[in-house]
Amino acid sequence: MPKPQIRVLSRNPDDYQRETKNDIFKVNRNFKTNPDPLSHATEYVRALNAAKLDRVFAKPFLGSLDGHNEGVHLLRKHPSRLAMILSAARDGQTKIWHLPSKKCLTTIQAHNGPVNGLSIDEVDGDMFVTVGQDSQLKHWQLPEVIETSLSEPIHSIPLSSVPHSISHVSKSTDFVISGDGISVWKLYRDSPIRTYELGHNTTHFVKCNPIETSIMAGCSSDRSIFLLDTRQKTPLTRVVLKLRTNTISWHPMESFTFVAANEDYNLYTFDMRKLESAKIVHQGHTAAVMDVDYSPTGREFVSGSYDRSLRIFNVDGWRSREIYHAPRMQQVLSVLYSMDSKYVLSGSDEMNIRLWKAHASEKLGPLRPREKAALNYANKLRQKYQQHPEVGRILKHRQVPKSIYSAAKEHQIIKESQQRKETNRRRYAPEGTPFVSERAKPIVEHGFEK
Amino acid sequence: MKFKKTKKISKKNKVENVLHPKKFKVPKSNDVVDKEPIKIEPESLERHDTGISKLNPANAKTKLAKTKLEKEKAKFEEGIKTAARAEILNADGAGFIKLEEEDDLPTTFLKQHEICEAVDIASASKHFELTLPRYGPYRFDYTPNGRHLLYGPYRFDYTPNGRHLLLGGKRGHVAAIDWPTKKLHNETNVLEGVRDVQWLHTETMYAVAQKRWTHIYDWQGTELHCIKHLHDVKRLEFLPRHFLLVAATNTSFLHWLDTSMGKLVNSFRSSEGPFNAMTQNPANGIILTGNGKGTVSLWSPNVKEPLVQMLTHKGIVKGLSVDTTGKYLVSTGMDARLRLWDLRMYKQMQEFKFNSNIGEVTFSQRRSIAVSTGNVVRVFEDPIIGKPTGSPTLMYTCRGLVTNLQFCPYEDVLGVGHEQGFVSLLVPGSGDPNVDALFHNPYESKQQRREREVRVLLEKIPPEMITLDIIGLNRVKKDEPKEEVEEKDLLGRTFPKKKKQQRDPNQPWSALDRFRKVE
Repeated sequence: MPKPQIRVLSRNPDDYQRETKNDIFKVNRNFKTNPDPLSHATEYVRALNAAKLDRVFAKPFLGSLDGHNEGVHLLRKHPSRLAMILSAARDGQTKIWHLPSKKCLTTIQAHNGPVNGLSIDEVDGDMFVTVGQDSQLKHWQLPEVIETSLSEPIHSIPLSSVPHSISHVSKSTDFVISGDGISVWKLYRDSPIRTYELGHNTTHFVKCNPIETSIMAGCSSDRSIFLLDTRQKTPLTRVVLKLRTNTISWHPMESFTFVAANEDYNLYTFDMRKLESAKIVHQGHTAAVMDVDYSPTGREFVSGSYDRSLRIFNVDGWRSREIYHAPRMQQVLSVLYSMDSKYVLSGSDEMNIRLWKAHASEKLGPLRPREKAALNYANKLRQKYQQHPEVGRILKHRQVPKSIYSAAKEHQIIKESQQRKETNRRRYAPEGTPFVSERAKPIVEHGFEK
Repeated sequence: MKFKKTKKISKKNKVENVLHPKKFKVPKSNDVVDKEPIKIEPESLERHDTGISKLNPANAKTKLAKTKLEKEKAKFEEGIKTAARAEILNADGAGFIKLEEEDDLPTTFLKQHEICEAVDIASASKHFELTLPRYGPYRFDYTPNGRHLLYGPYRFDYTPNGRHLLLGGKRGHVAAIDWPTKKLHNETNVLEGVRDVQWLHTETMYAVAQKRWTHIYDWQGTELHCIKHLHDVKRLEFLPRHFLLVAATNTSFLHWLDTSMGKLVNSFRSSEGPFNAMTQNPANGIILTGNGKGTVSLWSPNVKEPLVQMLTHKGIVKGLSVDTTGKYLVSTGMDARLRLWDLRMYKQMQEFKFNSNIGEVTFSQRRSIAVSTGNVVRVFEDPIIGKPTGSPTLMYTCRGLVTNLQFCPYEDVLGVGHEQGFVSLLVPGSGDPNVDALFHNPYESKQQRREREVRVLLEKIPPEMITLDIIGLNRVKKDEPKEEVEEKDLLGRTFPKKKKQQRDPNQPWSALDRFRKVE
């Protein structure tokens, strides 16, 4: 009787076990399997864990750069040297810092009185220009390795009026000084090559567009933001807001976008071509916003405000992604986003510059490939489940100082009450009354009167 | 001196000469590479599709969203194709019995020793029998016929990776064995009646439902816990992904214990009477119990009433088993029937009649069914895909009444616990040939076991998520349409109703549409 063919599952253990202690473990996979029926629940649990770990590892504060004798109201980054930061204080001192070691390389007594503006040129990056309340314009050396003392400027020019701000024209050694009006200067010249008279108001801030080299934006004390083109004599356009704008930052990728840090606790992203309404209103701060800086990726920006906190916003978000605060950090006067988009610096009124991580729970330093893969997976899970109520609740939660918390609550009550009253008014308003959107509300007028 | 005129080398030729000098002939691409890529079966594409085929980018409301969705869909489809192509890497090869000629005896009459002779030594060693007679001078019992000394009917459990076996005899004998290598981890007598045994998440811990209370032991036999809350337990089940130890008692109570925290999740009295059969649905963690009235109830720890009650048999439900995908249920009852149910629709699919009293039933990974009738164990082929002929592929007569049946995962082995001990039978074609080491690894080392323990603990599914339909978890809940309520101000007057604006389709859409006058 012929025997039937029988085969029983028989595995060779050598195919499943590693040979030596120094090998990695063998992991045999089943590629044909039906998807794990509990995979949805497992993925949710993993997302929850990832959210919790994100909060556990959220330790953004890295260190403080101590040394100034007055509130640090200017922070400038070097366009080509990642490790170098320049800061200027209200007593006229300018310090050059080396970020990795958090040490001050050198201190310069730049002016007798507050330093009003500081700018480093992009072309060579070996010199910077400062203007002070003492109406002086000074050129300084900025070598890569600082050996000799830099106490003497290369060049010093007295100005006719008090300058308030300085900005280099992109990709050029020319710079623009604002104060009484706007004046465009060439390097080493004693007088400006062009001036713009803009009325009686002082222009306390000017910033040149990094992409369109001839365009600059300025903020003046009549609560307006105006745009100038160096190729023409008259200003391009302007927009008048309800409160004064403190600083402006141009988008590093989109040449027509800029964000304005306003006194009315908000930041406004404007499209230069359509100034009748802001593109996005960034809300969250509970006091005047002092400074703003874009990340080099152009996806986020950091803002520092008078309410002793820093907020990091996504470019398209009305609410902040992150808030940084410290018990000893007083009013944040200046902020900076480092050029590798990893760090954020804040200069505050208590003479300290603080270094923070831009992504609070990011692991710095070289990552092993498996570590990197695991962190990427966790990031993606958080992104996927951020709308889920339980996961989102954990991701969004930030502990905030009591003053900010109670102020924010109060602002919320005021806002809701205004909205309610607006709704009630509209119920009985005649049909066809125009609806003023939140984006257009702060704008008083735009363009020039004809 | 005359200069030789050099040939004008065109750009095309120049490149060719540099890359492919005439000396070395580059083989034509036809010889080396296949013209057509590997064919992918549509069923494998379906298998790997997690729902992206249902996504229709044309339904997006804005153009930007539409392009984004199209890109995402293309990405997913590429991933599905790659996964389907990777199936070729599977070292397939399920076991089988093939009859050479048609007039051979059917496989039903194959003896185990014949199978052992036909296969290799390693596989033959997987068939073994443990006849467990009296073990010690102080405790023994005689069967009514006075011939054999009994250590009690045996219940047993395999670990999910099919590597370790835990035996529990009714007289208190508990043994933990690494059965392929026949290495004994531990063997004790707990000095009390043992009703059921169950491995916990690793082979280092097991739970024994003793006559009075439930105890948890280490694999060396050290008693770790005595859980007094789980008393008079008849059956134990362990949900490995949820870390829940479920106990069904003789007093018709159901307890869920979280073994990672030691917390009792829920325990309540079911108004069903004593449980006769219990099993778990591995696909969603639901417990199925069968009672004396012939109904099968589905339980979740979140609800005190059964989620579903199925009227299955016209008598006591003796055995229950759910397959690994959670789609099918097989049940046996005192009405001598074996019924196959679709667990999604709760409808009977097939019914088999038996001549004698049926006992236990179990599914294998490849959906073979093993049924016990008294001493005899019968194994049937996959009734869903295969032909429901009604004749078993294998039969075996045990030494005593069969009390427990379980297929060993990832092996072609059926374990049978009976009155006289335990026997391990070879059943070709019942185990899943492909092992996915990320889920269950029969060749785990100590380090791998530790890592897996931590990973599984981190991914422990909370008991609140045990529901019938677990896939509904990441579906977006559609808002119900709001009822139109007439608004009234403080004096009870209704607000003037605004006429609905009809949008002119020729006009471009703008946010200010609703504020334009209706003409």
